[in-house]
Amino acid sequence: MPKKVENVGCPYCGVCCDDLVVTVSDDGKKILEVENACAIGNEIFHHATRGKRIQLPRLRQPDGTYKDISYDEAIDYAAKVLYNAKKPLIYGFGSTNCEGMAAAAKVAERAGAVLDNCASICHGSSFLAIFDNGYPSCTLGETKNRADVIVYWGANPAHAHPRHMSRYSIFPRGFFTGKGHKSRKIIVIDPRHTDTAQVADIYLQVKQGHDYDLFNAFRTALRGHEIPAEVAGIKREQILEVAEIMKKARFGTIFYGMGLCHSDGRNHNVDIAISMTRDLNDFTKWTIMAMRGHYNITGPGAVWSWQFGYPYCLDLTKKDIAYMNPGETSSIDLAMRDEVDAFINIGTDAGAHFPIEAVKHLRKHPWITIDPNICMASEISDLHIPVGIVGVEVPGIVYRMDNVPIQYRKVIDPPEGVLSDEEVFERIFKRLGELEAEEAAKGPAKAVPQGIRAEE
Amino acid sequence: MANRITLNMITQRSIEEGVAMEKGKTTPEYFEACSIIEMHDDDVRTLGLVPNQLVKVTSECGTVIVKVVKGRQSLYPGLAFIPQGVWANQIVPPRTQATGEPQYSGFPVTVEPANGERRKSALELVQGAVGMWRGDQ
Repeated sequence: MPKKVENVGCPYCGVCCDDLVVTVSDDGKKILEVENACAIGNEIFHHATRGKRIQLPRLRQPDGTYKDISYDEAIDYAAKVLYNAKKPLIYGFGSTNCEGMAAAAKVAERAGAVLDNCASICHGSSFLAIFDNGYPSCTLGETKNRADVIVYWGANPAHAHPRHMSRYSIFPRGFFTGKGHKSRKIIVIDPRHTDTAQVADIYLQVKQGHDYDLFNAFRTALRGHEIPAEVAGIKREQILEVAEIMKKARFGTIFYGMGLCHSDGRNHNVDIAISMTRDLNDFTKWTIMAMRGHYNITGPGAVWSWQFGYPYCLDLTKKDIAYMNPGETSSIDLAMRDEVDAFINIGTDAGAHFPIEAVKHLRKHPWITIDPNICMASEISDLHIPVGIVGVEVPGIVYRMDNVPIQYRKVIDPPEGVLSDEEVFERIFKRLGELEAEEAAKGPAKAVPQGIRAEE
Repeated sequence: MANRITLNMITQRSIEEGVAMEKGKTTPEYFEACSIIEMHDDDVRTLGLVPNQLVKVTSECGTVIVKVVKGRQSLYPGLAFIPQGVWANQIVPPRTQATGEPQYSGFPVTVEPANGERRKSALELVQGAVGMWRGDQ
């Protein structure tokens, strides 16, 4: 009999849906059906057992092809690359569990590396604004149960967080919101008339890159001052109408996304969004929340803040002193200034998602990819170490976009012999310790790893 | 009609890109989901383009060939959209305003018909950029 596993967490986006039902074949090797997931989550589960998976680490050969090697050899190679590099960068963590993040942080500290996560190119601006201005936020449950006005600003959950609207914001019937979407006002502010805008009561087509102006106009209007006839492409009457709706809400939540973080202004856009939320609290209860992208990209912020005091862009090159300065210690800036001499891509795909100029710089040095799948990063690496898929084959703790930790489970075993991210980093950590001991025993000469480019 | 126009580019997620990405970045689905550009009808008319025509998009730091499609989500004239991914990142400026975040949205590009040029695959673009492309294996 195929087995149904209930209450499964989804390893796709920051909504962390935990109501999936996954049907697994009799032998426990194949995923047959996934219920409740969105199109993307569905694909992640089916992809795990649909085709052939990489089961052994692969090392780049002088002719450009990959050769299968053992995990022991791969761990040794990775440890030696880290050991020999002056300033290695370990980046990614959008798609792994907190256990893997903690283990990687141990490695980064021992190796004297820079440790960074995908927030660096995503909600890093939010961190900067939150440091400066606080974070009047709430949990998604509070939004579901209390909110009668929802604002999506520069966010398109219909595409990026497909079940966010049905689980938490627009449609669900909560404790004090029994009429569901009928009793909620939805305001969408975006330069594109997105699929999210289709379900809005009010849509404001803000001029791209002028979000700050519009926030400023709202703040001015909320304080009862005059505003110009048009701001950022939006008419005064519409601004006043929306300001009035926000003031009269019982409970409101502003969900914002990459429209603010990726445009001109970056953290300043988020900063003024937080200020507007604070202003609104003079009238009624308002909260704000970053639409965090991947299911556990909130995780490294929580784990590393606990370990080192900083959530991202962590410079551990002095080993026992943690230092953070985005713009200086952030992955893209380090890459563009050629300041790192080895790169570990873990649980992300920098090959596809970094601007290509940054990829070119990083590729001048040894590049190691730790990922379950073939991706752009794995296809330009010196070494690709396959791992089990968290949430499908590996259990662990993840943090939802509202900083709520959730224990994820596994529904099948990983392919035979394939390790987890945590196991890979624990073994690299151990090997680094051995290399340090060997060096201490024989003097100042440095170990040289096997394989091409390793001499660098 | 103009030979080329300057537009304001934004690159963000689309659900088609999300599904295809999880299926695999070397799949035809990913290629079709990401190697496209959406523009306002007025801008398409200005360039005299027909649907599915290929265009060359050039930013301050690169060039990419993509296909013009009519998206479900409409833009205003002057704004253009390429889904996040390999093709978008050929032209995304790596400048970060000292925050670590590249300029994924809101950078000027020129768009012109791509005469005789083809869309490259994801692997060709990424491996090609770092000198590892060995042709269709």
